[in-house]
Amino acid sequence: MTTIFGIPIQAFLGQLLIGLINGSFYAMLSLGLAVIFGMLRIINFAHGAQYMLGAFVGYLLLVNLGIGYWPALILVPLAVGLFGMAVERLGLSRLYGLDPLYGLLFTFGLAQTVEGIFRYYYGVSGNPYSVPPLLAGSTNLGFMFLPNYRGWVVVASLIVCLGTWLLIEKTRLGSYLRAATENPHLVQAFGVNVPLLVTLTYGLGSALAGLAGILAAPIYQVSPLMGSDIIIVVFAVVVVGGLGSILGAIVTGYVLGLAEGLTKVFYPEASNIVIFVIMAIVLLLRPAGLFGRDA
Amino acid sequence: MAETTLRNTRARMSSRLEQGLVVIGILVLLAAPFFVYPILLMKMLCFALFACAFNLLLGYTGLLSFGHATFFGGAAYFCAHAVKVWGWPPEAGILLGVAGAATLGLVMGFFAIRRQGIYFAMITLALAQMFYFFCVQAPFTHGEDGIQGVPRGLLFGLLDLNQPLNIYYFVLVVFLLGVFAIWRIVNSPFGMVLRSIRENENRAVSLGYSVANYKLAAFVMSAALAGLAGAVKAIVFQFATLTDVTWQMSGEVILMTLLGGIGTMVGPIVGAGLVVGLENALATSGFPVMIATGAIFMACVMLFRRGIVGEIQARWTARRERGSGNEVNV
Repeated sequence: MTTIFGIPIQAFLGQLLIGLINGSFYAMLSLGLAVIFGMLRIINFAHGAQYMLGAFVGYLLLVNLGIGYWPALILVPLAVGLFGMAVERLGLSRLYGLDPLYGLLFTFGLAQTVEGIFRYYYGVSGNPYSVPPLLAGSTNLGFMFLPNYRGWVVVASLIVCLGTWLLIEKTRLGSYLRAATENPHLVQAFGVNVPLLVTLTYGLGSALAGLAGILAAPIYQVSPLMGSDIIIVVFAVVVVGGLGSILGAIVTGYVLGLAEGLTKVFYPEASNIVIFVIMAIVLLLRPAGLFGRDA
Repeated sequence: MAETTLRNTRARMSSRLEQGLVVIGILVLLAAPFFVYPILLMKMLCFALFACAFNLLLGYTGLLSFGHATFFGGAAYFCAHAVKVWGWPPEAGILLGVAGAATLGLVMGFFAIRRQGIYFAMITLALAQMFYFFCVQAPFTHGEDGIQGVPRGLLFGLLDLNQPLNIYYFVLVVFLLGVFAIWRIVNSPFGMVLRSIRENENRAVSLGYSVANYKLAAFVMSAALAGLAGAVKAIVFQFATLTDVTWQMSGEVILMTLLGGIGTMVGPIVGAGLVVGLENALATSGFPVMIATGAIFMACVMLFRRGIVGEIQARWTARRERGSGNEVNV
């Protein structure tokens, strides 16, 4: 059997693949956080809850209405995005101009409430969500078997990340967004409806979290705890990458996912803290984060 | 001239009133165990000290730590281990807990003060989660079981802490000493520098204060006092578990402080009493605590950001100023 650093190559690549999958979710979620932060200057603590909400909406659509994975891929981000817009209109929009920490605390309360509601009704155990038939099975890549669904998740997350990046960097709407980030008053003076733009941005960020949730449903179990488990890791990713750059958030997400996978191969005990350790090292060497501009 | 005298009289009256309220509060706490279940009271006192320690950082230095469970729960583990496994007397175990929490605070603070605001919160949260994973895996914490059956023992070899009233008054003394220490810190020249950092960090730097050292010192003090609360809680409840190091616990202490009033002396105590009381009431009703605390969190942020005590103080001040009839524009 072929080995690499004394470890069977299958196991090595298998862990690397798991790392890549986790990295895909870190990238999608930190991307959403960066998009929201860019416009609203708040950290969306409810991002994990919205990710969990995405998985649960997909699950409930399937169980109660028989609506399968593919329609859910459209419906779930819409539903979670609308929920996000309602949250922004009713809650967050009243907190602008205050210390941004109040936004963090508000979304923290929201996350607790949402998680509490789902824990109350669905318990803390996971509910299975089966892989859609089209993506069942696995492909022999010659050196390892790749489950089709996992391959799809990697491709889909790349598409989502690239699409969001293009939307913000290359379209007219994106240029409004970036301009409003720099100087909201001036952009409003030009006749752009900035409050609407802010609402849409929060909706977009929430929709990204919801989409990540439905993509994650067949891989991890659908559980009320899935959001709070991942959000803290994503926060560490965001500290490492710095929130200033969309591309930085995406790249950092993938790289840290892979780093976590590699650690699982060589020193499994440290695999769930490696991202935090990397965060501490980055804070020592480059306190503003790898892609950060602000100090 | 007459104006100033009048204002001085009023200021003296209001400080008399404050002193009176403090004395009444202490008398109530002294009499309370004869009317209310002492365990619940002790839980309130431990969390009240925890919230006051947290408020030293958030209210008086302007730093929002999302990782204070590390110091509270960590100290509980150190104290429980020392008392149960090494057979230390309770006071030594508590001191070890405080020292351990201060050390953890030094390490976490060292990293966290490199960033400000939102990043500071996220870094403390991430480092606290790291400590949580450490506690899950380290053998001495016994994982999910926690450290159970910690003996209360004899305080200074004399006072039997198994007597309900003995332990209650011991906890009360620790609580009062802790709050007094925080009051002294806040009203010292050191505390004034902390407040100036909260108000305007750049100006504090330009005045020549080494802001980083002050922040770190405040972080360590806050961690040590949070540790004191956690260690005492371990002696009272005779166990230390993972619950106390989770991020939910860090969130809970934020809620207590926010609900009572950030940056007020009494606010965190009131907030802690209310939250612990509410949890106690909900525990029997079957209604999930998480939904309630989350909803209160949102309501506080939306409706009364100054907290209960903060709002009362603000109204009181406003009324007094209206009453004295002079426009105060400071």
